[in-house]
Amino acid sequence: MSARPPPPAISVRGLRTAFDRQLIHDRLDLEVRAGEILGVVGGSGTGKSVLMRTLLGLNRPYAGSIRLFGIDVTAADDAMRRAVNRRLGVLFQDGALFGSLTVAENIAVPLREHARLPPAAVEEIVALKLAMVGLPQDAARKLPAELSGGMRKRVGLARALALDPELVFLDEPTAGLDPIGAAAFDQLILELNRRLGLTFYMITHDLDSLHAICHRVAVLAEKRVLTIAPIAELRRHDHPWIVEYFGGPRGRAALGGAA
Amino acid sequence: MPGMNEMAWIDTVPLADGLRLAAGGLWTATALGEAAAALERLGPVRGRLEIDLDRIERLDTAGAWLIHRATRRLAAEGTRLDWRRARPDHQALIELVQGLERPVAPRPKPRAWLIAVLNRAGWATAKILRESRIQLGFLGRVVLALARASIQPHRLRWTALAFHLEQTGLNAMPIVALISFLIGVVLAYQGASQLQQFGASIFVVDLVGVSVLREIGILLTAIVVAGRSGSAFTAAIGSMKLREEIDAMRTLGLDPLQVLVVPRVIALVLALPALTFLADCMGLLGGMLMSWIELGIRPFQAMERFQAAVDIRHFWIGMIKAPVFAFLIALVGCFNGLRVKSNAESLGKRTTRAVVEAIFLVIVADAAFSIILQALSL
Repeated sequence: MSARPPPPAISVRGLRTAFDRQLIHDRLDLEVRAGEILGVVGGSGTGKSVLMRTLLGLNRPYAGSIRLFGIDVTAADDAMRRAVNRRLGVLFQDGALFGSLTVAENIAVPLREHARLPPAAVEEIVALKLAMVGLPQDAARKLPAELSGGMRKRVGLARALALDPELVFLDEPTAGLDPIGAAAFDQLILELNRRLGLTFYMITHDLDSLHAICHRVAVLAEKRVLTIAPIAELRRHDHPWIVEYFGGPRGRAALGGAA
Repeated sequence: MPGMNEMAWIDTVPLADGLRLAAGGLWTATALGEAAAALERLGPVRGRLEIDLDRIERLDTAGAWLIHRATRRLAAEGTRLDWRRARPDHQALIELVQGLERPVAPRPKPRAWLIAVLNRAGWATAKILRESRIQLGFLGRVVLALARASIQPHRLRWTALAFHLEQTGLNAMPIVALISFLIGVVLAYQGASQLQQFGASIFVVDLVGVSVLREIGILLTAIVVAGRSGSAFTAAIGSMKLREEIDAMRTLGLDPLQVLVVPRVIALVLALPALTFLADCMGLLGGMLMSWIELGIRPFQAMERFQAAVDIRHFWIGMIKAPVFAFLIALVGCFNGLRVKSNAESLGKRTTRAVVEAIFLVIVADAAFSIILQALSL
């Protein structure tokens, strides 16, 4: 049974979403392989966040099918959807931590809700997750408001990893971090991908992240996924937006740094 | 939840010279359940221990951690681990979590309850004192800003003033009218049932007239306005504070007090007396209507009695409180808005607080008015 290749983590066919009679996505196809780090880029208003929310089931599509781990979630009932969601982790932009809970309690929320573990084991697993995302143990008793933006993101990631998801969504994980913090976060994602085989779906504007860690990059434009390819191939693409994005001064600078 | 056949399981097989531990199924956080407890209960093993993890289908960090901590605990208790067998990827995961082991940060020790209570009371008192001092300072600055605005009327934000008059005055009319009408009805109804017993029905006019004009009209209006406009002031100014708009104003050379607070204070000081007048009218109307229905006192009769029995000073006493209450409500609302910290939670807290403080201050002021007017025998 291990010889069979795993189904793609995400497989989207003919997706159509709309808000207020305004079409956001139309006939959108996307396939994310198990075990890859996919970068998702696109101009403002191309529906990067809407697509992520739709994949997470926070948004209902008008048409099309979404398969996560080979399971058709557009046709799934609530129980099935919850079961699939337990295999997903999400890091929202500012961490979306529960403000009234400490860091340790935040990370323990999914463990206490979905797993029956001895309390001491929960504490230790929380400590383990903190170590996994590179946070010091004394952060455990702090409240989210007492943390810096970069630390909040790490806690958010630790909470997303609480139940060992197979697929992790990241919404602009390096936005608002200083270059050192951003690079460290990139390395963390790369390490989790290598060591635990996690699949990452990462919305980002950070050209350095795209170069440093993404196996492939999906470009959202014209209401669909324009192309999905390793970054080296994207540079040869002739779509004006892609040329502008990677050929502009910032795009070239990031390339120069990576080369 | 995974089915029973997919749960993690654990099995102990006694050996001639020790114990074999076999585990299988899904060793993932959500499927551990009983197996986790069973692993916890496992006591020290005499002799050698074999651990066979070969039949584990899936292992996650939680499962790996439990296996690691159990092995470590048993070793510490003197069990001799002979061998451990697992799939290579599972073995790698167990080694990974082993490498990430950190001591759990200790929980802070809770204080003795008496000390904790005293500690909290002390902090709360200090906070109230500090807050009162800052509020007093704010009062002074608002008075100065008002004085400056009255000396230089061209500095006043006329558009903002008109807008807030509409928001706090005009838009509050329906609710104030309705509530005071209903209270007039209730007062007359309650009064009627008591006064009828003495054959003194006509005195219901005195009762409704004096209480509405002197107390109920203004107090009710002030409470409605505190809930409606006081909280709106806090929410509006507070959300500007959250988005750093107040800081932006300061850097652009605008005084938030002049721009945000002064128009609101003036608007409310003008609007509340007008609303009180409306409330008086509606309260009397409600009372009159109920007296007619319940006691058969016809409107012209009631008006005659009203003119004869209820002195005009009661109306003025009600009206003179209005600007004072309005000033308190606006001051508390704006103050709490400006004190919002940079998180949404504090906005909610401050808004609640503005309403509670405003109503409290209005009632305290009303009591003060009663005492002063009593002393002046008015």
